[in-house]
Amino acid sequence: MTIQGWILIAAFVGILLALTKPMGLWLHALYEGRRTPLHTVFGPVERGFYRLAGIDPTQEQGWRRYAVHMLLFNAVLMFFTYAILRLQGVLPGNPLGFAGTSEHLAANTAISFTTNTNWQSYSGESTMSNLSQMLGLTIHNFMSAATGIALAFALFRGFARREAKTVGNFWADCTRVTLYLLLPLSIVYALFLIASGVPQTLAGSVDVATLEGVKQTLAIGPVASQEAIKMLGTNGGGFFNANSAHPFENPTALTNLVQMLSIFVIGFGLTWTFGKAVGNTKQGWAILSAMVILFLAGTTVAYWQEAAGNPILHHLGVAGGNMEGKEVRFGIVASSLFAVVTTAASCGAVNAMHDSFTALGGMIPLFNIQLGEVVVGGVGAGIYGFLLFAILAVFVAGLMVGRTPEYVGKKIEAREVKLAVLAIAILPLVILGMTAISSVVADGLAGPLNKGPHGFGEILYAFTSAVGNNGSAFAGITANTPYYNGMLGVAMWLGRFFVIVPMLAIAGSLAAKKYTPASAGSFPTTGALWVGLLVGIIMILGGLTFLPSLALGPIADHLAMIAGKTF
Amino acid sequence: MARTPAKSLFTADLIVPAIGDAFRKLNPKELIRNPVMFTTAIVATLLTLLLVVGHDGLGIGFKLQLVIWLWLTVLFGTFAEAIAEGRGKAQAASLRATKAELTAKRVKGAGVEDVAASALRIGDVVVVETGELIPSDGEVVEGVASVNEAAITGESAPVIREAGGDRSAVTAGTRVLSDRIKVRVTVNPGQGFLDRMIALVEGAERQKTPNEIALTILLVGLTIIFLIAVATIPGFASYAGGSIPVAMLAALLITLIPTTIAALLSAIGIAGMDRLVRFNVLAKSGRAVEAAGDIDVLLLDKTGTITVGDRQASEFRAVGGASQTDLAEAALLASLADETPEGRSIVVLAREQFAVTTTALPAGAEVIPFTAQTRISGVQIAGSLIQKGAVDSILRANPGAGETAAATELRRITDEIARAGGTPLAVAQDGRLLGAIFLKDVVKAGIRERFGELRQMGIRTVMITGDNPLTAAAIAAEAGVDDFLAQATPEDKLALIRKEQEGGRLVAMCGDGTNDAPALAQADVGVAMNTGTQAAREAGNMVDLDSDPTKLIEVVGLGKQLLMTRGALTTFSVANDVAKYFAIIPAMFVVLYPGLAVLNVMGLATPQSAILSAIIFNALIIPLLVPLALKGVAYKPMGAGPLLARNLAVYGLGGLVAPFIGIKIIDLAVTGLGLA
Repeated sequence: MTIQGWILIAAFVGILLALTKPMGLWLHALYEGRRTPLHTVFGPVERGFYRLAGIDPTQEQGWRRYAVHMLLFNAVLMFFTYAILRLQGVLPGNPLGFAGTSEHLAANTAISFTTNTNWQSYSGESTMSNLSQMLGLTIHNFMSAATGIALAFALFRGFARREAKTVGNFWADCTRVTLYLLLPLSIVYALFLIASGVPQTLAGSVDVATLEGVKQTLAIGPVASQEAIKMLGTNGGGFFNANSAHPFENPTALTNLVQMLSIFVIGFGLTWTFGKAVGNTKQGWAILSAMVILFLAGTTVAYWQEAAGNPILHHLGVAGGNMEGKEVRFGIVASSLFAVVTTAASCGAVNAMHDSFTALGGMIPLFNIQLGEVVVGGVGAGIYGFLLFAILAVFVAGLMVGRTPEYVGKKIEAREVKLAVLAIAILPLVILGMTAISSVVADGLAGPLNKGPHGFGEILYAFTSAVGNNGSAFAGITANTPYYNGMLGVAMWLGRFFVIVPMLAIAGSLAAKKYTPASAGSFPTTGALWVGLLVGIIMILGGLTFLPSLALGPIADHLAMIAGKTF
Repeated sequence: MARTPAKSLFTADLIVPAIGDAFRKLNPKELIRNPVMFTTAIVATLLTLLLVVGHDGLGIGFKLQLVIWLWLTVLFGTFAEAIAEGRGKAQAASLRATKAELTAKRVKGAGVEDVAASALRIGDVVVVETGELIPSDGEVVEGVASVNEAAITGESAPVIREAGGDRSAVTAGTRVLSDRIKVRVTVNPGQGFLDRMIALVEGAERQKTPNEIALTILLVGLTIIFLIAVATIPGFASYAGGSIPVAMLAALLITLIPTTIAALLSAIGIAGMDRLVRFNVLAKSGRAVEAAGDIDVLLLDKTGTITVGDRQASEFRAVGGASQTDLAEAALLASLADETPEGRSIVVLAREQFAVTTTALPAGAEVIPFTAQTRISGVQIAGSLIQKGAVDSILRANPGAGETAAATELRRITDEIARAGGTPLAVAQDGRLLGAIFLKDVVKAGIRERFGELRQMGIRTVMITGDNPLTAAAIAAEAGVDDFLAQATPEDKLALIRKEQEGGRLVAMCGDGTNDAPALAQADVGVAMNTGTQAAREAGNMVDLDSDPTKLIEVVGLGKQLLMTRGALTTFSVANDVAKYFAIIPAMFVVLYPGLAVLNVMGLATPQSAILSAIIFNALIIPLLVPLALKGVAYKPMGAGPLLARNLAVYGLGGLVAPFIGIKIIDLAVTGLGLA
């Protein structure tokens, strides 16, 4: 570990903290449907969409209606993408002449992008046409991100509203987030990437002569436009198989820093928006503090382990940290940091191979996802997931001040506890259940590349990533099989929508409640004690649930490495 | 105040029947009400069956011990509930003795007939005479009697029960000491006050409270999550090329699921009710006790709660040329027939300060009683009318005096008295104003500090008084309440409660009169005084048998203590899991990956001793915590922040650390005794 490394980490967090309030303010304007300077440009577009679709943006929806519209919208988009992928062979925009994908790959990919997972069982540059990338996939990068933020808004309204029947209008939320946040930011961002050397063209490939004089075909395409929203919307699905490790996706140290920042920036901002929405920005900062503590703890372990390297290799005379699977351009710290960021935030973009991390270094990304993608988390999904944990934390500890637990003025009662438990339990159920099945059946065992605990870790990581809607992979696994495409597809769907529906039900239930003003007797949800409690509850719940699997995976792997044992 | 002394927790007469009940409660129908313990029982049953047929390489001795400890875990849970109920049952038994053989003299036509109390129905009228027990709850419709209510209140001083007014309610099982009353029965058999009280203290009618339901859901949720975590282990182990014995998985599951809090949950609830009963407050539901913990606003009647019951006359202030002696004499005459403490204090003051010697009203004097409409009382003596009453009322009753200089002076004096926290009472003779009597309120000693504590707890106190705003403000300032409602009518009270509730606050109040009933019903916690009317007792969700309105403050504390005990033990239970993991995971997986032995941070002797120690700790912690569950966690009034910090340190951190030590000690014992 080096001083420069720590300076990078400190600067990274510092820049984000500085961006939190401005981003939060902007999001709050969208949350309230207020006019922004961009309305002059996009206002007519927004109204045009509403007119075209026959939507009245002022018509409020109850949580059920909100949920049904959201589900229908996502389902329609998913089938649309499925059709494009299957038919890409006969559709235009296919300069390299790729055939339509298999049913299971198309289904898996359509689910993957709909659920903001962007798990990729394929290599983009050798599978997907430009049309598929731009229309079939990038549309989800926008829409799944907008859906996530809209859902977070709905939950915020649940906390903020008093004795209300509605939680907002899904179409208005989604449209506003796309038009006034994701789209303009992506345009600027893409231009920056193009300036940094990222390709943006409709051509399929370019032939170059290498230094050795050999002709090499390099795949190119509309990369910059997809790259921008891939980060901002915590999607993570790369244009190329190598994702952000590919120099055409992530050419310089600066683009690397900006990419990392852009993964977190909306998630950081949303915590502030939450605080503002419930009338006390300290509430938002408290949540952010807990997230940042968990994030820094993970970063420290990962960086420390990667910098320490592999003792087995040290014995063979290879000194230094673990550089296997890392880009020399980025080095250990920028790769470790990127890995923690991308898994903390449910993004899934990678600039290094997580599979090649040391056992504990690779456990951090895994554990980040297992905690429920709540350490900043995916755009919108992170904060609503975190709030589910906050509800449980308030409930367990809140009783200890001798009152019915309350959070930001809303009483937490049987219904909320039931729904929160339901939403949180889906994670271990699917991750552990599917991993256990895959550890036994032949189709499952055929997947992992490695033997021993590391191979187990690869299966565990795949399902964890799918359910957590992260999308990053422990590479080593061969997932483009009917078995894994099918299982992972189901896992992604469950991990997204089986959390969202109970979460929206909580929003509806909270919105209908009275507001209980805070007093000296109320459970304090702003100070250091609360932050510590949140961290503790998340660690204990996550840790206790996944410890057996981690013990048999990365921990056993790590201990074997120390003992010099290979598999 | 009569309090039932708290019974020592572990006396033989409580423990022996509780052990029997603990076994009876193993009945699956009853056990299923507690899903976590039900799960434990199922696992214990499975392992018992496996003892016979299982072949998993584990020694039969080890498995037998596991099975025994698993069953003990379940039994400790049922025992905890049984002992909590047992304490209530002892009380119920003594109540039931009172009730046993009641007979009634039911009015039939012109005469009466003897019937069993159980034959009485609503609307029947019974006659009760000196020395007889009242056969049913009801309302006095004729006569007045002194009644000994010690059977339910523990207070042996008799109380007066009379037809009409606020003292008409009588309770079954209480004894008429003198006179004869007719009582109209207001409840059907089995639904009376005594019946409800018996059912409540016995825990027979106990329904889960909202908060308990929510907590049970959380515990079930945790159980499901840990079930998933454990059930998937065989799959993982198979990948690692091994298998894990079922007995070990069972042990891991049982130690992880929150058995501790689940076992104690109902005991905590029963004990919470029980504490209230010991305190001579009867809550009609557990929900009310919980609501007490949530109270944000306390409405307290000034008289009797904040000030010592009665105002005392402390000064005569004459106006309009009347001498103080004239005033004193008139006041005395007007008060001689006034049996209220205020009236008596006026007589005393007049005698002491002005040597007025009149001791009785002259013959032919006609007393004008106080009515709520006129708010004036007085006396008519030989053509001369002396009136005494609220200043406004006196001025209204004597319109001629309204414009005089005396009236102006009276108003000034009135303001002075009010500002000083006193109540002015005007006196007029034949339409001429004589002056005002200064009635002084005496704030109870120590009440200011109590309100300070409540403020720390985040509870606002509102003083309710019929006084005018000036007087009310002065007393409010002296007593240190946060707010006051002056010249309060029952409607004002109700409106205030509604307003606070609309603001999302929970309100508690106490009351005794029929006109308090709507407010008592509206309040989240309404404590009716036992001396109050039947209507008030029906409307409130608690009844204070001692009729002491100050107890409302303690009731809030008891509610908070109940919730805190639940929260503390839940936190403790969940925090315990960390240590149990460190005991069982290495023990379980060390055969697959020997390197995992480093996770055995406690240095437990063998895998088997580790598992056994964890399961023994998990079982023993239940009876060890029973006293805490029954007594409740220590509670001191303080703000939520410091309270949380303290409880988190004790039960959160303590819960993390304690099992590491406990399991290590048990492991040493288990190994030392050669049990594993």
